[in-house]
Amino acid sequence: MAMTMTQKILAAHSGEVSVEAGQLIEAGLDLVLGNDVTAPVAIKEFRKIEGAKVFDRSKIALVPDHFAPNKDIKAAEQCKAMRDFAREHNIEHYFEIGCMGIEHALLPERGLVLPGELVIGADSHTCTYGAVGAFSTGVGSTDMAAGMATGRAWFKVPAAIRFVLTGKMAGWATGKDLILSIIGAIGVDGALYRSMEFDGPGVAALSMDERFSIANMAIEAGAKNGIFPVDERTRAWAASVSSRPFAEYSADADAEYERTVEIDLASVRPTVAFPHLPSNTRLAADSGGVAVDQVVIGSCTNGRIEDLRVAASILKGRGVARGVRCIVFPATQKIYLEAVREGLVETFIEAGAVVSTPTCGPCLGGHMGILAEGERAVATTNRNFVGRMGHPGSEVYLASPATAAASAVTGRITDPGAVMAAPERA
Amino acid sequence: MKMANGYRVWKYGDDVDTDVIVPARYLTTSVPSELAAHCMEDIDSGFASGVMKGDVIVAGRNFGCGSSREHAPIAIKASGVSCVVAASFARIFYRNAINIGLPILECPEAAAEADSGDMMEIDLEAGTVSNLTKGATRNAAPFPPFMRGIMEAGGLIEYVSAQRKAATVDGKDERA
Ligand code: SF4
Repeated sequence: MAMTMTQKILAAHSGEVSVEAGQLIEAGLDLVLGNDVTAPVAIKEFRKIEGAKVFDRSKIALVPDHFAPNKDIKAAEQCKAMRDFAREHNIEHYFEIGCMGIEHALLPERGLVLPGELVIGADSHTCTYGAVGAFSTGVGSTDMAAGMATGRAWFKVPAAIRFVLTGKMAGWATGKDLILSIIGAIGVDGALYRSMEFDGPGVAALSMDERFSIANMAIEAGAKNGIFPVDERTRAWAASVSSRPFAEYSADADAEYERTVEIDLASVRPTVAFPHLPSNTRLAADSGGVAVDQVVIGSCTNGRIEDLRVAASILKGRGVARGVRCIVFPATQKIYLEAVREGLVETFIEAGAVVSTPTCGPCLGGHMGILAEGERAVATTNRNFVGRMGHPGSEVYLASPATAAASAVTGRITDPGAVMAAPERA
Repeated sequence: MKMANGYRVWKYGDDVDTDVIVPARYLTTSVPSELAAHCMEDIDSGFASGVMKGDVIVAGRNFGCGSSREHAPIAIKASGVSCVVAASFARIFYRNAINIGLPILECPEAAAEADSGDMMEIDLEAGTVSNLTKGATRNAAPFPPFMRGIMEAGGLIEYVSAQRKAATVDGKDERA
């Protein structure tokens, strides 16, 4: 029976020769992830299982990133619950302040997710690791608890939608604009329960950072996972983060897809998702110059080094518009340090932006940049639901780092091309 | 399984996300009653104070989309809601609801015809949704047996615990 890439990884981890869409399977896990919001709930559930021990102390990752560095006493208690559990069970991959980062940027950077692996995380954006050709999906805290105890989880094998990418992106268009325009076209439940499988000759030109940002937002179309084929770029990336062996899977030539969508990357333009759904997209150039109070550059979608480079290139010598608060948060300590070494942090500060320690911060309305009633932000994050960045009467517009930086310069939602000519794409 | 008899409907639209079910600003706690106090706050400020034990949430497509926070179904369950009926559910919410034992039913017809304040009766075993106000009974999509097993055990943790006990009795302690 022909299988998609996702189905092959699920089959291999469940000991089945072949699986098909709709089938319920139990599969072995290569990694179980939790954060300071979801892990405390999971730990409580875990303790209800009589005599439970963790299945493998090297296959659990605990990351305090949402409200850390601790925002208040309650956040401190939650982080402490996770830290205590990590100590008690001798969890190898617990990341304290100082070596932490936003989980979905941190885990790949630490070589904890490689091609062909199967990862669950009690965080919806766990789907990010599809970028490296792994199957990864978000679950809840109870699934995390059971996963930590047994090393296994149940899955319904998903059907797939295939996105065949051709051509090459031009101008300021990036992976973020591509995924926003896809969600705009298919809707926030356009891929509900399905896997989004990216494919085609256009993939080769997408950087790893772009693939991460695309796979990251698969959940915003309702998908179970988003996945990229393993190619030269993936292998080079894997070799740079880990020396562990890994397996490569690829879709069968006659695999079944529910539908195939062809996208010419040359047609992608800087895109913005208006409030209050990621599918409410318009071209940045057609945004009508909406005035903004805050610009947020960071998150597990776009807080990687390439994102910061692009933003800095636009802010350099221009500066943040008067009356606009621009917050940059590098996704991990390593990215932060790189940004310091490359002079990007200097550029941001000279431009009038603030640079924060890695944290989820304002992305989920946690801390470090909450919006007041009636305020608007352009953000490189992934969600613009009601109240996502603060007051229920505030608004979030989702965009790429280039569009966000250009908007910081003008104080209005702006196509980056209107501020600066795009560099040649490598 | 429990049955809800003639309970009041709270009706919402499509794409009700977990950020409005429980805003992130309250995620520094996981105490069910504290979460319930803010349930649906950002789209319906009257919900938390007005909801009564047994009431039913009815919504459109993609209910529970967004973050994986189990705080969302926990808040709904703790607020006394006996069942959520929707045209469709976001997958992580669906999974979480089953894992924590919050009854949910996918039933587009019942979701479309219900209005806030309608009286509704739900039979989970039969999978039927009766709108007493509108005088219509609809069939919901049945749960696969595997998921029914988890729900009947009382949730995933109870299910896993029972499996481990059985394995120990068989003489092969999987904890080893
Ligand atoms: S950066 Fe935002 S979307 Fe990403 S894990 Fe943190 S809160 Fe979630």
